[in-house]
Formats: sequence, structure tokens, C-alpha cells
Amino acid sequence: MSLVLTEEQQMLKIAAKEFLIEKAPIAFLRKLRDTEDEMGYDPELWLEMAAMGWTSLTIPEEYGGLGFGYVGLGEVLEETGRTLTCSPLISTSLLCASAIQLGGSLGYKHQFFQELIKGIVYAFATDEQSHHDPDYVETKAEKAGSGFVLTGTKTFVLDGHVAAKYVVSAKFEERIHLFVVDADAVGIQKERIIMMDSRNSSDVSFEKTPAICMLSGAEETYHRTLDIGRIGLASEMLGATLEAFQRTVAYLKERRQFGVSIGSFQALQHRASKMFCEIEMVKSIVLKALQMIDREDENLAIWASMAKVKAGEVIKLVTNEAIQIYGGIGMTDDEEIGFFIKRARAAQVTLGDYNFHLDRYAKLHGY
Amino acid sequence: MDQDLNLFREEASAWLEKYCPKSMRVPILDQKEFYWGGRKSTFDSKDQQIWFERMLEKRWIAPHWPVKYGGGGLSLKENRVIEEEMERLGCRKPLLSFGITMLGPALLEFATEPQRIKYLNEIVAGKIRWCQGYSEPNAGSDLAGLQTKAEENGDYYLVNGTKVWTSYGDKADWIFALVRTNFEVKKQEGISFLLIDMNTPGVSTRPIKLISGISPFTETFFDNVQVPKDQLVGDLNAGWTIAKYLLTHERQMIGSMANNRRKLSDIAKEQLCLKNGILMNPILRTEVARNEMDTEIFNLTVTRAVDEARAGHHSGAVSSMFKYYGTELNIQRQELNMALRGSRGLEWESEASSQGFEARTFLRSKGNSIEGGTHEIQLNIIAKQILKL
Repeated sequence: MSLVLTEEQQMLKIAAKEFLIEKAPIAFLRKLRDTEDEMGYDPELWLEMAAMGWTSLTIPEEYGGLGFGYVGLGEVLEETGRTLTCSPLISTSLLCASAIQLGGSLGYKHQFFQELIKGIVYAFATDEQSHHDPDYVETKAEKAGSGFVLTGTKTFVLDGHVAAKYVVSAKFEERIHLFVVDADAVGIQKERIIMMDSRNSSDVSFEKTPAICMLSGAEETYHRTLDIGRIGLASEMLGATLEAFQRTVAYLKERRQFGVSIGSFQALQHRASKMFCEIEMVKSIVLKALQMIDREDENLAIWASMAKVKAGEVIKLVTNEAIQIYGGIGMTDDEEIGFFIKRARAAQVTLGDYNFHLDRYAKLHGY
Repeated sequence: MDQDLNLFREEASAWLEKYCPKSMRVPILDQKEFYWGGRKSTFDSKDQQIWFERMLEKRWIAPHWPVKYGGGGLSLKENRVIEEEMERLGCRKPLLSFGITMLGPALLEFATEPQRIKYLNEIVAGKIRWCQGYSEPNAGSDLAGLQTKAEENGDYYLVNGTKVWTSYGDKADWIFALVRTNFEVKKQEGISFLLIDMNTPGVSTRPIKLISGISPFTETFFDNVQVPKDQLVGDLNAGWTIAKYLLTHERQMIGSMANNRRKLSDIAKEQLCLKNGILMNPILRTEVARNEMDTEIFNLTVTRAVDEARAGHHSGAVSSMFKYYGTELNIQRQELNMALRGSRGLEWESEASSQGFEARTFLRSKGNSIEGGTHEIQLNIIAKQILKL
């Protein structure tokens, strides 16, 4: 498999870019934030995204999806990173659809995929503390009749307050499984918390809440879903990095001091050149990791950690440098560059930051 | 296409497994284990000779060069597959050669047909070892300021001047050199590209001893050297273009020299204690992991650049990125290697250390960010040519 996009993937990416620049530029995020929108995303825009086929990309054709693959979804996510578009694409299509694909029974796949394709929002609930630790799951599942009930508290649940269903990690007989839960089932309490990036997060607690079903595959399904999520996030982070860098380079040319553009100063040129090199590295690992999802590679954990480390380190570098190079204007809320550092930090923490993943990479290699 | 390539990969891998001698699949511990070819060379071992001859017969010394010039006529993509498989199986390069990595590409692009036939075939067969005459005592980062002059005189050029930092100048047979043929014009427009046999009267070299205690470079002196006119490559005064083209290849080569090395984490596991499967020093562990990961990602980026070039996207300045990033990774790796080995790594003259292989390699790596255009020059090129700053 060549490490370049196919023509079809390239076309999808261009269509996504054009759509997002027109419909959901950063001004759109600013408006959602400033109007204190209760949903925290625009349902109409989300339906249009579904109509573009973005919610169907990874869903197999036999369930009415496009079977286009994760490289496709990754390219769309990259473009949403450029425009910082907030939508349920990560919670619903990247995380929950993947979990159901990996662990859903035939009957449930038909039912859930139909909803997912239409754009019904599903949220993925796993973290229980401030640091991502996939092995730390205290939420428990107990047998109740022919099914299960869940009890526990989840945090940092993306789109948790607007979801119709949750995919929840819980322990049953010492093993971690994923369960699908109706959001209006009994015993659920949710509290929306708006985060630094103006996106939706929630604390969600379950008290003997009945599950619709348990997904098969236990930890295997659980960890693979997380790895797919990490790679998709890395793709979004790459998009945000590219955009922040492009804007910063443009600013270097535009901003004049001492009678010349500040981009003529070698101290700044060298920093820009180093960022360029680092971004090229991110492009390589993100595309490789996306291809490895589609290939069903058995070492996905390593690819995912590599992608999340590199994308995380580089988006931090680039957004920090962006603010410094923009100078005072970069500190103002009027200038859009500040939105990038906010999303960078939130995406970094989601599903493990680079500290977590570098440690994991070393462990996976036996040191 | 991908399928054909996979088949090719399987065949290449099977052939290498079968024909690469075992001793040619262990990491290099001594410079003399590299075979460079040339008039003055001998093989270090029987296996080294067998390996070179088998690869020569297979036409895999320069797999992607046209057959009439001694190559294998394969595509860039197939060439990369062979490189990847050799790396994966730990096969040593059968022939290290500036003729292949630097001069060859420039000749393919700029030389006349008779020049290509003669010089490229000699390179592949390992008959002639080449060195590069670029830098001068007063022309380092400002390479175009070079002063070695070549004056037309009947059917030859008369060359006078001094080159410095000639890699293996004392071991090479021929030198490709930049010379000034016009002092009246803008400095870049008065440079020509000459091929010079170092056996010509008036050529002499003097080794430069480095901080590593080794002398891989020489000063090279030209004292009334007569060079036949048919050894000019390209047009008179058009050498700067060739020089830059060649430099992009040199940079790519220096950047991707990380061939056939042990994994840093394997060295770490051997040198430091593990507790519950985790290296005891958490700071070093992090740095090892980061270097190993970045190296893996760098290699992916090399692959991606090849794939993109095949798909028709190519940027010359990318070689500056590879040079800067690849050498930086190697420099960090050498620092870590020293940290992992502690006092053992300092051994300079001992049997156990192969006469200070690690320490000398560490010191040598300090030159990586200077030679072939310093880090700072590479970053300038990226800023100007790619970012248009």
C-alpha cells in the first residue's frame, strides 16, 4: 500500500474541505460559543454532514454504509481540524460506530448502524478520572434477568449531554466489556461541562441502569476501539496543526516591524522550518496508522500510540509558536489563532496525551 | 501495482535470504568492514567479496539505474523495496560509494552519453572510487564563494587551488570538483563542474585528524593540474546547477545513513536493568522511546516521499528536511548511546571496545550537523524555498 491518498480519498478530502470552509469556519464555532448554545453543536449542520456520507464512511455496505474505510474518515477529520468544526463526528462515527462494528451482533448492527448513518448521536463513556487510564474501570455490570445493569460514574464523555445512546465500558466478572445504553434509561444523571475548546463534555453517572446489550470481544473490542479513536483524533490534530502553521507563516510575511516583514528574520525562519519538518513527520505516521486500521493490522496499538504522540507533541509546538509569533494579537480573543491552542490541549488529553502514549509505546516494545 | 510490488518484495526478500552471507548480516563494528571499491581497495573478507560479486551479477548495486549504465533498470519503488528488505534483514550495503549516491545522479541528469557510459559503469563495477571537491578553506557555508580556478589552455584546463573536507580524499581515485572558470560575473555564474583523475601530476592530499582520532577527510591540493576538456560535465560556467542538484542527493544520503544499526532500545535493555519489564531509569527510557519512535516515523517519511515522487509530487528542498531531521536523530542517538554505556562508552583504546568504536562514532556524529550544509543552512533553504519567507 503506497503512503499516498488514492484518487477517491483525495476527492473526498477536497469535498470535505470545501464544505467545511463554507458551512463551518471558525466563526461558526465562535458563534456557538458566544450564543451559549444549549446543544453545543449545530444539529442541522450535523445532518448535512450525514447527508455528505460522513457518518457512513466506515460502516460496511451490507448495513447501508459506504464501506469507504478509515483513511476516508481520517481525511474528513483532518479537514474538521482545519476549521475546528465541532460536531458529533468523533463521539458518534469514530468511536461508537467502531465499537459496534467490532463487537455488535448481527441484529444490533442493523439497528444501531441505521441510527448512526442517520446521525443519531452516540457518546462513548470510558474515563473515570482526570487522566486517561483504560485499565482503570470501576463501573460495574451485574446480571439482571436476561440482561445487565450498570453502576458507576464516567467523566469527559464527549457529547454526553446530547447523546441518544451511550457506549459504556464496565467490569463484569473481572473483565472490561462495552455496553450499549439508552440515554433516557433509568438511573442516569448527566451534567454538561463546557471545556476550554468550547466543546461538549459531560459527567455521566449510572445507577443500576439497564443496558440494551453487551458488545462481544471484551478488552479486545474495547482497546481496538480506543486505538481507532486515537488515530482519528491524531488526524484531526494534524488538520488543526496544518492550519495553525499556515496562518502563522502567512502572518510572518504580513507583519512588518523595523520596516521589514518579520519573516525575514532568521531566528523566526529557523523556528518555522523546524515546524515544517515536524509536521511532515506527523503526516506520515497519521496516514500510515489510518491505513493500518483498514488493513486490520494486529499491531494497531503501536501505530495508534505513535500517531497520538507525534500529533500531540507537534500540535503543542505549533500552537505555542503560533501565539508567540503572532505576539500580543495572538493573545486576543478577536484573533482566531487562539482557538487552535484551546482545541490542541483538549484533543491532546482525549484518549491519552503524549506522556501516556510514549510510556505505552515503550511497554509495547518490552521496555 | 501494489500487488506486483508485493510479489517483488517477496522475491527480493527470498533472494537476499538465500544469497547474502551470514557474516554480511551482522551490524558493522569497524570501518574496514565497509567495502568502497576503487583502484586501491581490497576485500576485507571472502564473504565481503562474495556478497559484492553476487549483488553485481544480480545488478542490484544500483538497481534503479538504466541497464546500459550498469544498473538493474528497476523503478524507484522497486529500488526502495530492495533497500527496505535489506534493512529489515540486516544486509550490509555491498558497496558504499559516493559514485552511486552523489555523482551518479548528477551524471544521469547532466553528462553526455559517452561520459555516462564510461563513468557510471566504472562506478557500479566498483572500479573507481570517487570523492567530492566542494568546500574550500574560505568557502564553507558560502560555498559559491569558491576560488579554485580552472583556466582554458588548448585542449585542457589548468587547475590551481585548494579543497578541504574531501571525504576519503587519500583513498579515492577520482574527484568531482567545483572550479571557478569566470571571475567577472556573479559568483554562482562562474563555476564549472570538472572530473579529475587524482593520479594526474600536481594533485596531492593531506589527511585531517578529527576529534574522533580518525582522518576520514583530507585537504586536496591542485598545483598546475592539466585536466582534459572532455572531463567537463555540462556547460562551462553552468556548474552551480549541477552542484546544487548533487547536494540534494548528498543530503538525502547523509540523512538516511542510519542503515544497519542495532535498535537503541536493545542496547538500553542490555545496558540498564529492567524491573517488571520497565527500564530502571525513567528519564533515559523516555528519551530512548522518543528517539526510536521518531526514527521509525522518519523512515516512514522517506517512504512517503518516494511514493509521492512516483505520484508526481516532488520538491527539491525536501532533501534539506531529510538532511536536517535525519542527522539530528542520529546525533541524539549517539548522545543516548553514550549515556546508556556509561564509562564503557569512553573506552578509546581497548580490545573490548574495538578500539573505541562507540566513542569515536559519537564524536564523528558531531560533524553530521556541519557537513553537506550545516543545520542552519538547511533551515535557511526550507524557509526560503518551501515556506517562501
